[in-house]
Amino acid sequence: MTKEIPHLDAAFSALADPTRRAILARLALGETTVMEIARPFEMTQPAISRHLKVLEDAGLIIRRVEGSKRPCRIAPDAIANVDRWLGMLRDALAKNYDRLDSVLASMMTEERKERP
Amino acid sequence: MSAMALVTEGERYVVVRRNFAASPEAVYRAHTEPALIQKWLLGPDGWTMPVCINEARPGGRIRYEWTDGKGGGFYLTGEYIELKPFSRIVHVERMHLPDPTPDNHIETTFEPHGSGTLMTMRMTLPDAATRDAMLSTGMEHGMEASYVRLETFL
Repeated sequence: MTKEIPHLDAAFSALADPTRRAILARLALGETTVMEIARPFEMTQPAISRHLKVLEDAGLIIRRVEGSKRPCRIAPDAIANVDRWLGMLRDALAKNYDRLDSVLASMMTEERKERP
Repeated sequence: MSAMALVTEGERYVVVRRNFAASPEAVYRAHTEPALIQKWLLGPDGWTMPVCINEARPGGRIRYEWTDGKGGGFYLTGEYIELKPFSRIVHVERMHLPDPTPDNHIETTFEPHGSGTLMTMRMTLPDAATRDAMLSTGMEHGMEASYVRLETFL
């Protein structure tokens, strides 16, 4: 299932970090330079750059070169992929409890057989 | 079949409730006996749980491994803290994706409700950010993260 969607494992592990989620939240407002991204965080620019690299490798952000700057923006396709995957997962998880209903029903049938 | 309720409480809690048309004993057993767990705790169609270790005693280990049969897979580990047959289970678990997610502390209760059972699962996460991440990834087994979308934190 996950094979159909590129970068998904990397996307989820990238999203597991609160700093990276905060960076994405900032980028949701629009394209931004590393310096601007780093400002609200108590982190050095190289530390922020490492987080950006993880997000970029996961396909969640896109960086372009503009002179000495490398402005970042959110990759809309990647977000749509994660969302699509969540939709599939949601359906799949709902099936767990529906399956449990069937398991319980067959447990009760067996119990009736054992204790007539 | 019954609707599932999922609510967040405070910053660190997630509560799931669902009714089952079976006795608390049956629902409890379906959560603690490997042969039964392997029949339902599977997620998407086509996935199986070839490894199911469930030592239902205080300090007992939990290990579930899932596979899609095409090389994809992940696993969960945990430990039991308290068990009161057939009404209450307290355990800790984490997913390995493969890096472990923060510990999820879970209390599950099974109460008689009409002719069936009301199951309540209360999860306690280390902090709000972890809970939000967990809801966003929807990785918690059995959880219908229907209202949860990426916009939660975007």
